[in-house]
Amino acid sequence: MGTNINALEKGFVKKRASGNVAAPYAMRVEQGLTEEHIAEISHLKGEPDWMLQKRLESFRIYRKKPMPTWGADLSALDIENIWPYIKPEGQKTNKWEEVPSYIKDTFDKLGIPEAEKKFLAGVGAMYDSETRYFKIRKDLEAMGVIFVDTDTAVQEYPELVKEYFMTKCVPAADNKFSALHGALWSGGSFVYVPKGVKVPMPLQIYFMMNYPGEGQFEHTLIIAEEGSEINYIEGCSAPRYDTRSVHSAVVEIFAKKGSRVRYTSIQNWSKNVYNLNTKRAIVYEDALMEWVGGTLGSGKTMLYPCSMLVGKGARAEHLNITFASAGQEKDNGAKVFHLAPNTTSIVVAKSIAKDGGWNKYRGLLKIAKGAVGAKANSRCEALLIDDKSRSDTYPEMDVKESRVNIGHEAIASRISQEQLFYLQSRGLTEQQAVNLIISGFIEPITKLLPLEYAVELNKLIELEMEGSVG
Amino acid sequence: MELEARNLHVSVDGKEILKGLGLRVKQGQVHAIMGPNGSGKSTLSNAIMGNPKYKVESGEILLDGKSILEMPTDERSRAGIFLSFQYPFEVSGVTLTNFLRTAINQRRETPISSMEFNSELEKHMKLLKMKKEFAYRYLNEGFSGGEKKRCEILQMSMLKPKFAILDETDSGLDIDALKTVAKGIEKLKNPFLGIVIITHYHRILKYVKPDFVHVMVDGRIVKSGGAKLASELEKTGYEKLVK
Repeated sequence: MGTNINALEKGFVKKRASGNVAAPYAMRVEQGLTEEHIAEISHLKGEPDWMLQKRLESFRIYRKKPMPTWGADLSALDIENIWPYIKPEGQKTNKWEEVPSYIKDTFDKLGIPEAEKKFLAGVGAMYDSETRYFKIRKDLEAMGVIFVDTDTAVQEYPELVKEYFMTKCVPAADNKFSALHGALWSGGSFVYVPKGVKVPMPLQIYFMMNYPGEGQFEHTLIIAEEGSEINYIEGCSAPRYDTRSVHSAVVEIFAKKGSRVRYTSIQNWSKNVYNLNTKRAIVYEDALMEWVGGTLGSGKTMLYPCSMLVGKGARAEHLNITFASAGQEKDNGAKVFHLAPNTTSIVVAKSIAKDGGWNKYRGLLKIAKGAVGAKANSRCEALLIDDKSRSDTYPEMDVKESRVNIGHEAIASRISQEQLFYLQSRGLTEQQAVNLIISGFIEPITKLLPLEYAVELNKLIELEMEGSVG
Repeated sequence: MELEARNLHVSVDGKEILKGLGLRVKQGQVHAIMGPNGSGKSTLSNAIMGNPKYKVESGEILLDGKSILEMPTDERSRAGIFLSFQYPFEVSGVTLTNFLRTAINQRRETPISSMEFNSELEKHMKLLKMKKEFAYRYLNEGFSGGEKKRCEILQMSMLKPKFAILDETDSGLDIDALKTVAKGIEKLKNPFLGIVIITHYHRILKYVKPDFVHVMVDGRIVKSGGAKLASELEKTGYEKLVK
């Protein structure tokens, strides 16, 4: 098989291996969650008062909400003692050579400068609590496309932020972790695509969590105006520590009339990370929202990207591949609200579990009264590598309109000895046969990724699968 | 080169199926093994290919005089043994092209060039009357019975084995498909390829002439002869040979 050495050398893969990195930083806010710490974060950022008030209000909501008792087991998470804000060295810049060398090294290994040259329209890189590099192609900037970190957006585009930030899409009160996020958010990307502008290549941001016991709370806000097109990709990575860290992002997407938005996230946090995110899109008339996800890392995940189909003919596609190995509990799924006529949604959730990994699919398909002609389909496919591993599905449906078409299907399968024998009879080793079957299994997702990422995702899974047979 | 099964005893799930079978195939020869259902024909092909479900209790399988019993299936394949499956497996998401290229590169020092691969593939697909788009379909997924069998022979043509066992490649094929597949096999005949055709029926042997015909009953070869034996069997059936 054509082993791609580059992907192994540079990729997310290598990050995993090196856990003994020192964790430098320029400034940090003390451990623990208090109003003073929140005010300090806001002050360090030089934020306007309205944002500080928003943070404090979110924090009050957080205090009132109980920890969720459903989903992943969060009992071992000491959230009150996380490091809420770790500022890396250096300044925000759009010049790669100005990025501090330890940060540059990390992102160099992820192949970012090359990716930017080859197939990206813009790149961002976030290290712990702040971004250190953000750049977009000049021609796109000239067309009015905005791609900056969200803190910069607060300063430079306050009107847009006031209108869209944690207001109608994901309000702080949505859940315990969105409330916490509202209090502690930092970094993330702000994307604005003007009417009719089609961004020809993906924008990508990389997130790196490098400080033991930290919380990373980046906020992503994507506004795609009428008839525009945008393909946005996130990559997440962290070295392994024994201390538990929290990643609690909020992603808010506005797909206006006739627009197309593809949001892709490849997550490879280390297993000490609790990954508790809230991601939602409001999808207007005839717009298409695509969620593409590869969830490999983290110990506990709770993540249910949500599409609110509010306009006639709005469409959503949720495609996710989840991998769970020893010590990993992945509680993820998809939520779709059909709130207008002729809206359609497709959910394809694939999962692979080995060595006692546990995947759960938690889905909600809701069709409101009046959403005549709505079509909703979800399909879960679980691949279990051994008897220790587990896969559960909790598909919920709530249908208030009769003239609709709705379906759910769940399949769990194993790799059979006979199937392996067939592939081995053509000269593939047992491991190669397993890898080939798995790469085929995730192909519906990988084919939507830029080739480089598809290769990388396959490599990551192959690495995880090593020693799983024989 | 020679492939030999010597006094082979094989059991499946504790039940003995092959009971002292002997067979010698030289490169360049075509052997046909015929026999009624349950006589152990598929057990023989699985045992030669090294399916772990089939346990060799005693006896030998030799490739060029050397035992291959300790070799895992993939090594046997790379050593030059090929099995055309009676029921090929489906592999979703893996295109026939991707699969073939992976398999071919397994037996080469350096990966095959795209140009060489494509021209080989095109040539053999044409011979088997397979439409081009098959190359980009997922391996065996949604293939009809006939398409699966063609795909097996295509793999054989691309992998260029020294010994090929065709396990009921003719079953489930209509007469036109049978002719195409048989023609494909006929084209592959060469002095460096030994072929073992396992079949119930005489009809495929009209198109691929065997040098030897063996009759298998209850885990043993009970009679061997030339091509004529096949047509005799067609008339008399196996009854006489089953006691």
